[in-house]
Parts: sequence; structure tokens; C-alpha cells
Amino acid sequence: MSTDTPVLEAQIGGGDYQFGFHDPTDKYVFQSRKGIDRQIVQQISEMKNEPAWMREFRLEALDIFFQKPMPTWGGDMSGLNFQDIYYYVKASAGQEKSWDDVPEDIRKTYDRLGIPQAEKQYLAGVKAQYESEVVYGSLQEDLAKQGVLFTDTDSAVRDHPDLVREYFGTVIPSADNKFAALNSAVWSGGSFIYVPPGVKIEFPLQAYFRINTQNMGQFERTLIIVDEGASVHYVEGCTAPTYSSDSLHSAVVEILVKRGGRCRYTTIQNWSNNVYNLVTKRAKAYGDSLMEWVDGNLGSKLTMKYPAIYLMEPGARGETLSIAFAGKGQHQDAGAKMVHCAPHTSSRVISKSISKDGGRASYRGLVKATHDAHHCKSNVVCDALILDPHSRSDTYPYIEVNQDNLTIEHEASVSKIAEEQLLYLMSRGMTEAEASAMIVTGFIEPLVKELPMEYAVEMNRLIELQMEGSVG
Amino acid sequence: MSSLLKITDLHVAVDEKPILKGVSLELRQGEVHALMGPNGSGKSTLAYTLVGHPKYEITSGTIEIDGTNINELDPCERARLGLFLAFQYPVTIPGVKVADFLRHAVTNIRNPERKEGEGLIPMREFRKELKERMEELGMDLEFARRYLNEGFSGGEKKRMEILQLAMLQPKFALLDETDSGLDSDAVRVVSEGLKKLSGPQMGSLIITHHERLLEYNVPQFTHVMLAGKIVETGNAELAHELHNHGYAAIRERHPAEAAEEQERQAKAQTANAGF
Repeated sequence: MSTDTPVLEAQIGGGDYQFGFHDPTDKYVFQSRKGIDRQIVQQISEMKNEPAWMREFRLEALDIFFQKPMPTWGGDMSGLNFQDIYYYVKASAGQEKSWDDVPEDIRKTYDRLGIPQAEKQYLAGVKAQYESEVVYGSLQEDLAKQGVLFTDTDSAVRDHPDLVREYFGTVIPSADNKFAALNSAVWSGGSFIYVPPGVKIEFPLQAYFRINTQNMGQFERTLIIVDEGASVHYVEGCTAPTYSSDSLHSAVVEILVKRGGRCRYTTIQNWSNNVYNLVTKRAKAYGDSLMEWVDGNLGSKLTMKYPAIYLMEPGARGETLSIAFAGKGQHQDAGAKMVHCAPHTSSRVISKSISKDGGRASYRGLVKATHDAHHCKSNVVCDALILDPHSRSDTYPYIEVNQDNLTIEHEASVSKIAEEQLLYLMSRGMTEAEASAMIVTGFIEPLVKELPMEYAVEMNRLIELQMEGSVG
Repeated sequence: MSSLLKITDLHVAVDEKPILKGVSLELRQGEVHALMGPNGSGKSTLAYTLVGHPKYEITSGTIEIDGTNINELDPCERARLGLFLAFQYPVTIPGVKVADFLRHAVTNIRNPERKEGEGLIPMREFRKELKERMEELGMDLEFARRYLNEGFSGGEKKRMEILQLAMLQPKFALLDETDSGLDSDAVRVVSEGLKKLSGPQMGSLIITHHERLLEYNVPQFTHVMLAGKIVETGNAELAHELHNHGYAAIRERHPAEAAEEQERQAKAQTANAGF
């Protein structure tokens, strides 16, 4: 039902707004024409009934997007055609695609991971909803009592305009880079979280909680504000491959962690092999706070993602743990940025990458200290594991430091699976694939153990699947 | 019926250089054999060849288990047939917990037909068994949660090999200098451990320079290697004699092999002189 003119159709869903999951007016089927221009951006804003300031914000960002040249570093983006993409295709359940459209290999992987049918359909983009509110409803209610706001960003713009307007685009301005500008112009979905002062959320908040609204869209926009002394662990994504027929995913994630606060943001993404995954993630960490990114990248054609932490005041700490797995035809250009803007701040980066079957994994990282950021510490460790001679690993560490009184350490190692390790495990009855999977699993263990249990289990299972029958 | 590991006229080369030059040996379940010989005589080469190290190429001869030729089998298949090597230098596998590794290994060895991805033995059953074996070997249970051989002392690594032996209960255990580099307490623990595991179900081939291991595990047969061949086979008395008097007498009795050994050492020295 692709047409040259936008089709707009309101669909009234069953209202169930009590936990802030979704809004009846939120449900629609909308298909824009391909390509990007002012008209499309205005339509998106109109669709969402947005206030004027947001529409202006989008249009301004669009101008910036057109002005900015394509980046000439990183990965090969020559296959990316901005005018050949639907920027806003949101369907409610089962409108656009059928299960039969999902590629065979993806369906098989779901089966082997033992993912329930309902979730499979969501992941494959067949179903826009994943019914989880029954399970998580009581948790949501509990959070609401403590004053925690947890909703999708579209709803937040409508329901909490002052809070959103104060912070939106302040961590990552539209002009930051071409893809941040693109997201700012066409964003949709994503999570909005506000944790009031002193509130510590004990369990990880998962995007699954409210996945029944559009969450993992192509251009989601997430904003998290952790107020003074508060703490939250947010988890999004899935280890199973997320099938998208659209070729571009470009998200923006902005986080503020105020004095004494803590925030951990865990992402595992496994896009299908046709996707350009170009994401801007940045946090500002204030006095004595702790910001942690745990970032896992599997799949996609090209991923460029460098979660950043700006350490704004003394005592702020930043930590990034990242795993990248580059398989056949994939380039993972991932890393971290740590910007020390104040004295007595510290940062740590641990990056592990695996490349296999001709895949390429690059670590690209920046450690920067401004001229008054004395007595800072930064430690970067990059380990790469290359599984065969066709695969590749690179390290691009950038260090920009304007003064002497600080400690920066950078260690990098590249290894192959040693013949002796394989022999040792095989002589204990493991097949070659099992032995390789065990070595790879062990290699990323330091990061996997930081993941919530179910993610860790799936991650290890996925590595086993990736290793099966392809070692030689 | 006890199983038989039969090695017949085995020739092995590494990087096309011949190392073993016709080794024959029969090891039955329930027997203890000692394998001795000076450094470089081919003892470790024999052990690696038996478990299927890809670097060691069999140029002729056969290895059979109960009449089945295993020359072409990979290390995994051989392990599932009941072969086990306690390595002289066990490697580190970072990030892999001892318990996870062992549960996987035990499952595969006990169900040799298991396919990748099929279920592991029940956790509760496995834990109970692991705990018992560790207690018997005087190992701290904390070891089960550590990463395999990572940061282990020499003695801890060797004890880990014996723990694996205890859990996997192979038909044929090859022990490559399991007693080397250990202090006398550790040698005692390992020797006692092996003794406890020995019985009618296990045949052992013990490669050693020392006597302690053999005091606890008295061999019915002692084989002596020189220049890639087994030149003599005797009983426990022979091991004792070699320990006390060294290999001079052996070299005298086998001048051809002794000359070959010398020639090879001279070559190695010339090669090293280039550095």
C-alpha cells in the first residue's frame, strides 16, 4: 500500500492509560513517501500533535542536517541513500508485514534461541506491540508512587512539556553531527525517564516494560534525567536479531546524571545485516556522580557508535564497557568518548571486540581533558579477538589533553584463538565449535557478567550459534 | 572385557622432522605403565600424538582402541573414546569458569553422542559430584568459580588436571610430568590423588622423571625411550634403577640410539648458535 502521498489514518485502540503505557490517540497507521524534506518533517510533527517549539526544533535540525557533509571517517556509507528511506512508517499490530516476509535465517535464529512467538513477531517488526503490561504493571505503579516518570518520549513531550523542554537537545545539540541532526528532525519513540532526587530504583528498568508503544524505531530519541542522589539502571534492546526492512537506524540518547546520582545504561543490539546503525549517545555527569554505558553491538551492516561521557564537575566518574561482534559483511566501528571537563574526574573504558568470517571490528575512542581538568585519571583497555585470517581489527585511540597533571593509560591487545587452547578444550570432549565458542564466551565474560541475567544467557547462546559449524 | 590402547610402530613428525621412529606399546585398562627417558627422547611427543595434537603428524603406524584405528580422529572424538592427557603445561582459558567448563566436558564425555547445543547434565547432580571430588583432592571449593587455570600456581594447575581426571574417569590416562615443578607436599597430593583414581577401570601411562609418583602408583611396566624409540621395557625395578643411576647404562646398552641422540643434540646446538 505504498503511495506517493501520505496516508493518514487514525485508529482508536483500547484505552489503557493508567500506567502511562500508551495513549489511544497514539495508535495510527501512517506511511509517508520515501525521502526527506520539510513537508515530511512537518507531517511527522503534525501527526504527533506536537507543540510549536518541537516543530521548530525539528525544522531547524533539518536545515542543519542538509548543511552538514557526510562524515569521511569511520565506515563505508556509500550505500546509504537518504532519499530512499521511509522516515516515518509506524503501523499498529500486523498492518504492514506478515511473518512470511521475515527472512528464513532470522526466523531460524529466533527458534533456536527459544524466543516466544509474540516476542519474535515484535522483534521481526511484524507486530508493533509486545504485551508486557500485565506482567510489569505493578512495578510501574510502584515507580509512579515514587514520582518516577517512565514513558515513551512522544508522550513525555505532551505530558511533561516543561521537563522535556528544559533538557531536550541540551546534551546532544542538533548541530553535533549529521546523524544527530537527522534524528532531531525525524525522531519518534524512545524512552523518557525522570528519577526524582534520592530515589534509587533497585531493579533494572527495561524497555520491554512499555514496548507496546513504538520503542525501537528507526529514529528513537531517549532522554534520561537522574536527579541528585538518585539512581537507575536502564536496559534496552535484545540479543536476538532485530529485523528491519529499513536500512537506517539513527538514534539519539541523552542522559544527565546530577550530583551524587548514578546511571547505568545497558544496550544490546543485534540489527539485521542490511542496517546502517549510526547512533549518538552522550551523558553529562555532574559532581560525584557515576555514569556507566554497557554497550553490546552485534549485527548490522555498519555500526558507528561511541557512547560519550562528559565529566562536568569534580568527583564525576565515567565508565564504558563495550562488546562488538563483527561477522560476515559487517563493520563495527564502535568505542567510547570520555571528556574530562573538570578536575578530579576519572574515566575507564573496557572494549572487547571479536571479528569473524571477514568481519571488521574497530575501536575508536577519545580521551579529552580541558585545560583546567587537572588530577584526572583515565584508563582505556581494548582487547580484540580475531577468529580467522580474513577478519580484521583496528584501534584508533585519540587523546587530546591540554595539561600535564593527569594520568592516562591505554592498553590494547589483539589475539587469535591459540591452537593450544583449542587442543586443551577439545581433549576434554568439546567439539571444535564448542571449544571456540567457549573461548569467545570467556573473552567477553568480563562484560557479560555485567548484564542482567536473561541477557547474559541469551548472549552466550547467541555466541554459540554464531560459532557453530563455521570454524575451520 | 577390559579395553586396550594399542600403539603399533608409530612414526611421528613435527614440521616434517621425524621425532618418533617406531613406537609400539599396549596399555590395558587397570594397568599402570611408567614412561621414562632423557629430555628430548619423545615422551611428550607420544602423549600429544595420542590425544591428537594437530602439529604432530603420524607418518606411519597405528593407534587403536579396542581394534578401532583412531589415527584420523580429532582430539574431541578421542576424548569421547576415553583418552585423557594431564598436560605438562595446562593452558589458561580466560573468562571460563572451572565449573562451567567441567560440566560441559563431563556431559560430552558421558554422552559421547551428544550434539552441540543439547542439554547439559543436571546442575544439582553435577555440583554434588564436583564437591565430593574436590574435597577428596583437598581443593578449596572456591576453585570451581575461578577462571580455568587463570592465575593458578604450578601446583594448582596440576591439581586441576587431576580433578579433571577424577571427573572424566577416562579409560586411558596419560600423565605428562604431572609431578614436575611441584614442591614435595604438592607431589604427595597429586600422587595420592592419582592412586585413589586408579583401579580396574583406568589404565595409566605415567611420564615422569621422579620416583615419588611411582611410589604411590607402582608400575607393572616401565618403558624407556631414547631417540624416538622405546629401547627397553621392564618392571618397577627398572624405574627405580633409572632414578638412582640415570641413563648412562641405557645408552651403553643401546649405542645406536645413543649416537642418534647425540647427533640430534649437536644439531640443535648448531641451530641455536645462530641466535
